[in-house]
Amino acid sequence: MIARVYVNFKKTILDPQGRTIKKTLESLGYKDVLDVRQGKVFTLKFKDSLSREQVEEIIKKIGRDVLSNPVIEEFDYEVVE
Amino acid sequence: MIKCGVVIFPGSNCDHDAYHVSKHVMDFETVFLWHKDEDLKGCDFIIIPGGFSYGDYLRCGAIASFSPIMKSIKKFAMDGGIVIGICNGFQILLESSLLPGALIKNKNLKFICKFVDIRVEKQDTPFTNSCTKKVLRIPIAHHDGCYYLEQSELDELEKNGQVLFRYSTPDGEITEEANPNGSLNNIAGITNREGNVLGMMPHPERASELILGSFDGKMIFNSVYNFLKKKGNN
Repeated sequence: MIARVYVNFKKTILDPQGRTIKKTLESLGYKDVLDVRQGKVFTLKFKDSLSREQVEEIIKKIGRDVLSNPVIEEFDYEVVE
Repeated sequence: MIKCGVVIFPGSNCDHDAYHVSKHVMDFETVFLWHKDEDLKGCDFIIIPGGFSYGDYLRCGAIASFSPIMKSIKKFAMDGGIVIGICNGFQILLESSLLPGALIKNKNLKFICKFVDIRVEKQDTPFTNSCTKKVLRIPIAHHDGCYYLEQSELDELEKNGQVLFRYSTPDGEITEEANPNGSLNNIAGITNREGNVLGMMPHPERASELILGSFDGKMIFNSVYNFLKKKGNN
């Protein structure tokens, strides 16, 4: 089973990288882009013997304890195959 | 004699500077502590030095916070042991939850390497009792030094007097211009609630000898010496 974990800054945190990318897009003429936030994607491959519930349980734990810093970031995930 | 341990992670690069100041400037018995070990070798004082531990993979200081040596340092800190985390060491202390908050990219997205002025906010602490100046001149060298904490917790941090150093003008004025990286409330260094763990972005070990342009950083190590001496380690 393969899952993707998405880690992004919380909405309350200023993301200077995202802001810089947005400015660049603007200068290239992409005026319709209202906001850019830069985050991270982790692709995790799990043992086939695990159930979807087991995989989700593990992801929730490592998403919180390892892959994100809850002080500044939030995470989301999807099981892709 | 005071025994100081300097932790080495793969990617630490201020470990030898810290060792040099501890051993040759302060005359402490000094040992290196390897990240894979759990033995603190009977040290009274731990320095987590700057650098790029584990290449700053995942987040600055994140992988280091899961290392075996940090398990022992957490216990040492909980028991009241004196710990200083400098720059990447500060990031490691935050990721280890020994200190509150996080350090994110500098507001201007630049790596900043220069001398800054920091105001000493409290003098009755293990780290500042021998600071004879109100404003110290110490260099910073970092890309991720913008201190962040949610407002309610920040208020709590301030109320508890946990902010030890703030970026300031040479006269000790707290201004936006004096803040190099966008840190909330100009925060350059904080302690835990108990006051025995310090994290700071400026590098006192790079400003502990006159030949380096400033020896204000030595006042911090002198303070630790005086604190531990009084406590009866010497």
